[in-house]
Amino acid sequence: MSGDAEVLLEASNVSKSFPGVRALDKVSLTLRRGRLTALLGENGAGKSTLMNIISGVFKQDEGEIKLAGETVSFNNTREAQAAGIAMIYQELNLVSNLSVAENIFLGREPLNPLGFIDRKKMHCETEKLLQILDLDVSPATPLNHLRVGQQQVVEIAKALSCDARVLIMDEPTSAITEHEIDVLFGIIDKLKAQGVAIAYITHKLEELTRIGDDAVVMRDGKLIGAAPLKDLSRDEIITMMVGREMAITRKRSDKVFQRSILSVANLALRHHQRNEEFVLKDIDMNVQQGEVLGIFGLMGAGRTELLECLFGLHPKLCSAQYKIDGKLVAIRSPAKAIENGLALAPEDRKKEGLVLGMSVSDNTSLACLSKYQRFGFIDRPAEAKLVNETIARFKVKTPSPRQQIRNLSGGNQQKVILGKWLATKPRVLLLDEPTRGIDINAKAEIYALIQELGEAGLSVILVSSELPEILAMSDRIMVMCEGRKTAEIARADANEENIMKAALPQGVTH
Amino acid sequence: MNFMPKLNRELLAKSQSLIALLIMVIAMSMLSDTFLTPDNGWNILRQISVNLCLSIGMTLIILSGGIDLSVGAILALAGAVAAGVLRNGIALPWLDTLIQFTLAGAIVAGVLVGLALGWFNGFVITRFRLPPFVATLGMFSIARGLTMLWTGGFPITGLGASFGYIGTGVMLGVPMPVWIGAALVAIFVVLTLKTRFGRYLYAVGGNERAARLTGLKVDNIKIWVYTLGGGLAAVAGLLVTARLDSAQPNAGLGYELDSIAAVVIGGTSLSGGRGSIMGTVLGCLIIGVLNNGLFLLNVSPFWQQVIKGLVILAAVAIDKLNSKENQD
Repeated sequence: MSGDAEVLLEASNVSKSFPGVRALDKVSLTLRRGRLTALLGENGAGKSTLMNIISGVFKQDEGEIKLAGETVSFNNTREAQAAGIAMIYQELNLVSNLSVAENIFLGREPLNPLGFIDRKKMHCETEKLLQILDLDVSPATPLNHLRVGQQQVVEIAKALSCDARVLIMDEPTSAITEHEIDVLFGIIDKLKAQGVAIAYITHKLEELTRIGDDAVVMRDGKLIGAAPLKDLSRDEIITMMVGREMAITRKRSDKVFQRSILSVANLALRHHQRNEEFVLKDIDMNVQQGEVLGIFGLMGAGRTELLECLFGLHPKLCSAQYKIDGKLVAIRSPAKAIENGLALAPEDRKKEGLVLGMSVSDNTSLACLSKYQRFGFIDRPAEAKLVNETIARFKVKTPSPRQQIRNLSGGNQQKVILGKWLATKPRVLLLDEPTRGIDINAKAEIYALIQELGEAGLSVILVSSELPEILAMSDRIMVMCEGRKTAEIARADANEENIMKAALPQGVTH
Repeated sequence: MNFMPKLNRELLAKSQSLIALLIMVIAMSMLSDTFLTPDNGWNILRQISVNLCLSIGMTLIILSGGIDLSVGAILALAGAVAAGVLRNGIALPWLDTLIQFTLAGAIVAGVLVGLALGWFNGFVITRFRLPPFVATLGMFSIARGLTMLWTGGFPITGLGASFGYIGTGVMLGVPMPVWIGAALVAIFVVLTLKTRFGRYLYAVGGNERAARLTGLKVDNIKIWVYTLGGGLAAVAGLLVTARLDSAQPNAGLGYELDSIAAVVIGGTSLSGGRGSIMGTVLGCLIIGVLNNGLFLLNVSPFWQQVIKGLVILAAVAIDKLNSKENQD
């Protein structure tokens, strides 16, 4: 690394575990005055966890953080801010109905001698900050009158108002326009000139040629490499990001698929607020009988939104032609999607997949209760049979079918969700990150189940941000980036490099 | 080993309203000679039957994750409509006819009014995504206003003995309102525990998004729930009207709060998805015993209100403590 610039922040051997995952494993990081360090890596590599530790959101389990040579330990973000470390989150952390000035000074409002907010001083200081950042709006403007890019500048102003010496930015360009990106980069140049050390999380490698100085690549919670950017090529970075041993073995024989079950043409999804923008556009896809179609994309690629469209969750904003078994159908609600043989195991099991207050039994039979009725009443014996069969087939570990499902582990909850859907006898199973947050054994069981289902003729659409999972499970892989389909790769030709290349945004500066 | 205390705690949590009721009954019978007599027992049951009708509907609505502030107003309008058509019929001047109503016809008319207003609540809530609190607050005002328009602000009296029988009659030694209340309890216990609709109700209240993603027609379920709530309020309106032999324009004022109190005391969670009709029956009994006992003990009505309020707070506080334990 360039040893000339003064080291401002030094994290050494930082480790952090969450239940079931080692999110960070002895990671070290150096941030230098006036330099931008890019943090690169796949989703789940541990970049955000590391930044959250530095900015005081989490505490590390092990390791040490030195700020300007002194060991620091923050209990919360406020303490970190007071020490001059500010973080700008991907999801902006602002209150949309308050004004620009109120947001910048939220929680630190200047007071007059009577104890009331000194509005004049607040607006005056806000104006100074906005001037530095070339944002031409009044301090009294309500935040929701600003565009996303402008709101981001307000976040930066907020960081500067606490005299940030270290500024952490988590994918700041993911939601703003090209012009706004130019403005942002101008601001970054200014901040660097003032000696601020910047840590910058991004997936867009092209941006770095313009603003980056150093790069740090992480993978699976470990530090893979750190070097000045000028010494690294794009291909080298990609190899560092993905190069790992395969954890899952491929078992399936290469089948020939001939019968299209679901085909989608011209799928587009409009943004729910900004109607002229598209979250998804020009997506064509199809799934054959018995095929596992893997969909890979980075955060914000639109994978989840695509599944939601297929499942009828965006009837007003989504347009597409769906064909099931060659027949044109309209899917405008989940109920309609299920009627057409679709089933969705959503990414957020607790919020979207389960009714946590109900029992294992009630959750299992919920999707197909209409089949288990006699004379208008629930046919309890038949229901119990279904539930017991499901528990046995998927090896759900539960003390009893009447156990509340909230008390089960993530893996067992996921099995109940799969059981619930298989009871509806679906033709296409949509799985959104089916193994996120579950332990290794349950993962292996779910992989085996997916293979078994494929062989039995069920079609599966598997969305995942884990490359090895996609590579091992899929018969065909579709790659998405920023709401578009960027590649479709047969399993024989697929490897981590060509998938990752298609998943990374091709910036304009390239 | 470890399992037993937890089981006991769950059992205790489930039967806490029953235990509270028993304690109150024992205390009242020690304090008052007239409390534990058959006459007074029937008296309490008859007194709670109106609140029971409202509270059954309110239980369904709260289980689905909603609230209904309009049931007292719907009670008044349904009672007034039934009384009005029974006594005066409906005049259609442009056809120069007068439609006369039989007793059954008047009862059906009253219930239909309740169902229709309840349906409208559900329609507004699901179609325009209004919070149930606001939608039913609007309906509260609408139904109160319509009652005044229909009655001109005067009671409708002189409804006849056969109508009065619903409110004051006795069949096989049991007062009619108690029969009606018991029948409704039986029907809705079965509906909530044994049918698909009941299961869906708990699912929608427990996690609306998951229910939707599982293919449940959440909006239809909600519309049904509010429709039933309106219908049950109308039945309560008929009971009140028949008992007094008169439809009062201000009938049912504040009853929605009593029914919410009964539901909550019965252990149903205001956030939806958790609770039962039987719990609500206990809640109604607790309020009934409390009112009756305090009256027999000559406690001032002002103190009665204060005590009732404290009981509600205690019930919800205990419920909160329990649900916190459950979530660990």
